[in-house]
Amino acid sequence: MNRPPIQKTVRISIDSRSCKKCGICYGFCSQNVFTLARDGTPEVTNPSNCTYCRLCDLRCPDFAITLEVIS
Amino acid sequence: MSGYTFKSYLEKSQLPHMWCPGCGDGIILRAYTEALAELCLAPQEVVTVTGIGCWGKADDYLGTHAFHGTHGRALAFATGIKLGNPDLTVVALMGDGDAVTIGGNHFIHAARRNINLTAIVTNNYNYGMTGGQYSATTPLEGKTTTSPNGTAEPGFDLCFLAEAAGANFVARTTCYHAVALKNMIKEAISHQGFSLVEVVSSCPTYFGRFNVHPSPVKMLNWLKDKAVPVQKYREMSAAEQAEHFAVSTLVNKNRPDFYTTYKRINRPDQSAKGEE
Amino acid sequence: MQGNEACVYAAIDCGARFYAGYPITPSSEIAELSAKYLPKVNGIYLQMEDELGSIAAIIGASAAGKKSFTATSGPGFSLMQENLGMAIYAEVPCVIINVQRNGPSTGLATRPGQGDVMQARWGTHGDHPIIVLSPSSVQECYDLTIRAFNLSEKYRIPVILLSDEVIGHMRESLTIPEVEDLIIINRKLPLVPAQGFKPYTPEEDLVPAIPPFGTGYIVHISSSCHDESGYSHNAPQTADNLVRRLHKKIEANQEDIVQVEWFGPEDAELTIIAYGVISRTAKQVVINAQANGLSVNLLRLITHWPFPDEQVTQALKKARAVLIPELNLGQVVQEVHRLNSFNTPVYQLSRIDGEIILPSQIMQKVEEVLK
Repeated sequence: MNRPPIQKTVRISIDSRSCKKCGICYGFCSQNVFTLARDGTPEVTNPSNCTYCRLCDLRCPDFAITLEVIS
Repeated sequence: MSGYTFKSYLEKSQLPHMWCPGCGDGIILRAYTEALAELCLAPQEVVTVTGIGCWGKADDYLGTHAFHGTHGRALAFATGIKLGNPDLTVVALMGDGDAVTIGGNHFIHAARRNINLTAIVTNNYNYGMTGGQYSATTPLEGKTTTSPNGTAEPGFDLCFLAEAAGANFVARTTCYHAVALKNMIKEAISHQGFSLVEVVSSCPTYFGRFNVHPSPVKMLNWLKDKAVPVQKYREMSAAEQAEHFAVSTLVNKNRPDFYTTYKRINRPDQSAKGEE
Repeated sequence: MQGNEACVYAAIDCGARFYAGYPITPSSEIAELSAKYLPKVNGIYLQMEDELGSIAAIIGASAAGKKSFTATSGPGFSLMQENLGMAIYAEVPCVIINVQRNGPSTGLATRPGQGDVMQARWGTHGDHPIIVLSPSSVQECYDLTIRAFNLSEKYRIPVILLSDEVIGHMRESLTIPEVEDLIIINRKLPLVPAQGFKPYTPEEDLVPAIPPFGTGYIVHISSSCHDESGYSHNAPQTADNLVRRLHKKIEANQEDIVQVEWFGPEDAELTIIAYGVISRTAKQVVINAQANGLSVNLLRLITHWPFPDEQVTQALKKARAVLIPELNLGQVVQEVHRLNSFNTPVYQLSRIDGEIILPSQIMQKVEEVLK
C-alpha cells in the first residue's frame, strides 16, 4: 500500500541503555531514517523522512525507541 | 481513552530484559502490553501466567498480577486461577516447550474443556533458555544442539492441534507482523472460551544461527517470507505449503466455555441421579 | 460414614470450594463426593488430565482466593511432587489427601500401605518444610481435614493428609459439629496500602499476607527464587533468606502444629509408636497387654511432619524399649533412631504384603521384647 507522505515532524529517540544493537529498526525502516554506526549502534540520521508508521517502535524488542509527534 | 499505555503494564525497574539482541520475545511482550492498553484492562484485572523458558521470564517485566509456575504447567495453573475467580482476565504466556512439549497434555485439555482464557505461545522452534535443544515444534531435520545432524522427529502444528482439541479461537502470526499480532491478541482476549495465538518467533542465537541466519533482521525477513495468509496458503501446492505456514485467524467458534456449561449443568439446587 | 466421605464433608464445612483431581483407587470416593456436593455450595469440581495438572489447578484456584484441595494415592502423589514444591516455595495454601496404598509403583492398588511417609516429607526436591497429618479414624478424617485447611491457611503451606486405604474405606459413626461451632482459620489479608505493596513481605509470624488475585493489590506469585516483591531475584542472600524463613515459620510453631496421642499407662516399660490404621491395632495391644500384666503404652503420631521430636524423645527416655509397627520396611523407625541418644532398644515390625499388622503379631513381638 502506497501511502501519501504525511507531513509530520517526529522526534525519535533511542535509549542507549536499553538498545542491544539488534539492527531491526535500521533493517526495516522503509524511509531510511536510521543508519548504523560501525559497532551496530543505530543512529537517527534522517528524522525528517519519518512517516510515523511506528513499526520501528513496535518491533524494537527492547522498548528502546520513543517516537513523539511534534507537529 | 483509558489512559493506559503499554508502559502501564511493564515493571520499569526490571528493564532492560535478559533476552538476546533481536529476540522475538520483546516484540511479543510489547504487542501483549499494547493489546491490554487498547482493551482498557486495569493491571489489577489481569493475571499473566508463565511457565519456564525464555518466554517464561516475561512475568518479570510485567506489572499485572503474575503467576510464574513450573515448566509446562502454565495452562493447568491458569485453569485453576480462571475457575477460582472467573472475573479475572487470564493470559498464559508459554513457549513451544511449555505449551506443546512438556505441557502438551494440559494444552489439548485446556482447549477441549474450553476454559475461558488466552494462550500466547511463542514458537521459536527450539529451547532457547537451556541452549538451543530441539522441541516438539522443531521441524523435521532442523538442527539444534541436541540434533546436530537434524532432528528425526517432525514438529507439531500448534494451531491444528488446538483446533482438533476444540479451541474456540485459533490464530497465528509472526513477530515480524507486530501490528497484526497486537490486534490478534486483542481479539483472542476478547473471545469467550479457549483462545490461542501462536506467534512464530525468532531465536537468532540458536535456531536462527543453526538453520537460517544469526542476524535478527534476516530472521524476521525469513518469518515474513514463510508466513502467508490462510486463503493463499490453501491455494498452494503441497510442496509450496511445506515451505510456508498459514497466518491470520484460523478458527473462530462460539462454543460455550467450561464455566458457563458447568454452571448450567450443575445448579446448586439440583439433586444427583437416584438421590431425592 | 466412610473415612473418605468424612474428608469431603470437612473440606466443604471449612469453606473449600474448589477440587481438582484425577481419580485413583483408593481415594476415588473423595472425587466422586466432591463432584456431587461442591456444586451445591457454588463450588467447582474439576477432573484434570493428570495429577500434575490437578495440583497445579488447585494451586491456581487458591491463588485466586478459593480454598482448594485434591485427593490421590501413591502413583498420583508421585506426580504431584513437582508442584507440591511450587506451593511450598510460592506459599500457596492447599490440602492434598493421600489415601495410601501398597506400593511401590502400581503395587496392590486396593490394599493399604504406609510407604509414603518419607515421600510426603522429602518427595519434592530441594530443602523444604512440610506439614503432614495422619488420621486413624473416620472422626479424625473429618477433624484433621479441618485442621489441615486451618494450618495451610495459617502458615501458607500445603498440608498433606496422609490417610490409608483402611481408614479411607472404613465405616464408623462420627460427630459432625455445627459449622458455626467449628474453628476455621482463613489466610490473613494485608493491612498495608496497595501502593508499593510487596506480597512476600513476612509479618511478625514470618508468614506473608498475600491477597488473592483480583483485589486492589498487584500480586506476583513465583516458583523461582524471589525477593519480597515476588519478582525473580537470584542473589545468594535472597535465596538463603527465603528458604530459611520457610523453614523457620514452621519450626517456630512446632508446638501449634505437632499433635500426638498417648494411650495406656504413663510409665510403661514398652512404648509402641504407631500411626494411621496400625495405631488402631496397637491400641488393642495396649489393652490386651494390660490384661496380661504387661506394661505397654502407645504414642500415636497425629502429626507426621514436622516430626514429633519432643514426644518421641520422651518415649525413648522413659521406656525400656520402643517398638514401631508400620506398613513399610521402616520409615518412622529411622526418625526414632535419629533421636535415640539414650541407647534405648528400638524394635521394628514391618508388613508390606498389603495386609494390616494384626494385634496378635504385635503382641508376640511385645512378649519377645519384654520377656
